[in-house]
Amino acid sequence: MHCDDAPCMAVCPTDCFYKTDDGIVLHDKDLCIGCGYCLYACPFGAPQFPKQNAFGERGKMDKCTFCAGGPADSKEEEYEKYGANRIAEGKLPLCAEMCSTKALLAGDAQTVADIFRQRVIHRGHRDGGWSGNPRREQERSRAGADLTQADELAYDATRQG
Amino acid sequence: MSLCRYGPTAWTSIALALLLVLAALFAPPAQAQAELDREAATAVVGVSPDIWRQVRSGEVDANFRDTRFDSTYNLVNSSGERWRQLRTRWVSPFGLIAVGGMIVVIALFYVIIGRKELSEPRTGRKLLRWPLFVRSLHWTVASLFIVLALSGLNLLYGKFVFRSLFGDAIWGSMISASKLAHNYLGPLFGVLLIVLLARMLKHNWPKRHDLEWFRQGGGLVGKGHPDAGFANGGEKLWFWLLATAGLAVVASGFVLDFPNYGQSRDTMQWANLIHGVGALGLTAVALGHIYIGTIGSEGSLEGMTTGYVDETWAKDHHNLWYEEVKDQALPEEALGGDRRPGDSPSETASRPG
Repeated sequence: MHCDDAPCMAVCPTDCFYKTDDGIVLHDKDLCIGCGYCLYACPFGAPQFPKQNAFGERGKMDKCTFCAGGPADSKEEEYEKYGANRIAEGKLPLCAEMCSTKALLAGDAQTVADIFRQRVIHRGHRDGGWSGNPRREQERSRAGADLTQADELAYDATRQG
Repeated sequence: MSLCRYGPTAWTSIALALLLVLAALFAPPAQAQAELDREAATAVVGVSPDIWRQVRSGEVDANFRDTRFDSTYNLVNSSGERWRQLRTRWVSPFGLIAVGGMIVVIALFYVIIGRKELSEPRTGRKLLRWPLFVRSLHWTVASLFIVLALSGLNLLYGKFVFRSLFGDAIWGSMISASKLAHNYLGPLFGVLLIVLLARMLKHNWPKRHDLEWFRQGGGLVGKGHPDAGFANGGEKLWFWLLATAGLAVVASGFVLDFPNYGQSRDTMQWANLIHGVGALGLTAVALGHIYIGTIGSEGSLEGMTTGYVDETWAKDHHNLWYEEVKDQALPEEALGGDRRPGDSPSETASRPG
């Protein structure tokens, strides 16, 4: 859900990013200087400046917190700086909670992948649910099946060079 | 008949369904095809490997642009990773090697070879080298350079040292001050550097004897001093480094400092790399400049502090210049303690510096 090897963490001059035990990447707005390096590095455009001021001042960086808040002395301060900490209340991030088609899921990557796989099978795709299993793919192609569609479903954009 | 149980409504439904099926069978095929085409034209593009390849190649298209209203960014910032790798694997470590290596080389040089002393005792007669305007410009640019170098080094390497050393509170204000100083003093440095370069240009046109100066390593190789005019080969090299790499650093700095002109993320990534390479290189060379100008050679610093140098120093380091101006030498007593070099008659007459 959040990066394993987060580019923002690697390039931050103040070292204000940290990763929680749940694998959520959060940042400390008391340390952030608004230099914009995380914006240069992030593949997904996650860090965004909240404002545009004179002399190129853009404020401290905002980013998706996975609705997990951030470092603060009180709950009020945390809400003020980072928005709701729904994870601490045992809830899903708001985007996943509100998504009307349940396209957005949140949680452990393996669980999320399992849910998507079940959906593919449930909707009747012959190979999608199993694509990526080399032995099965070999058997299927030996039996003369066309696996191009399965390849497409298995395409993982994050692992392509 | 079992269907009777459902009553007349069931029968009506079945009849309607049959009617629909018949209607579909007799409908003109062209219309159905047009329907499909229309749907395909407005449908969301299916995500296929080709789409991802296009996105990752950095292609910007209406279908894979990020959603902010004024954005021209691609859905996936593929160049970000390249920038990250160039910065963290090349600029950062090699910059440290360049600056750190320079410190080590200078320290070794000082310990082994030592200070460059004057070859003869001072004559006590002084030559005007740097007028007040040049000196104030030099020291302003120099101070700004040092502030920018230190804050820049802190922005690149500070987190590896000071955060664990001082704790978050001090580190936070330190790095924040570094960024503010860097961003607000940078443009001032840029403008003043250009003025300084323009003022110094006339002394720094390359001459044939500069080649010989470099061949003799500025006097290190072989005996005696190689020929030098007002500026020697080393000083000219430093001038032209500032006039090329220095201006590139200034220009890329402006690109980074004013993101409110709508330059793209990719432009700023490249500006950042040019800025880092140039600035780290100049910082390394500046250490050499500072060494030679202060403890490295006897009698150099007073030229930039008082404006005047001793005749012996001029003969040693700038023999061709000395030949030009030797008749303008003033006895030390004539300068006085608080005499401003700007008032000196020789300055207005010959306009050195």
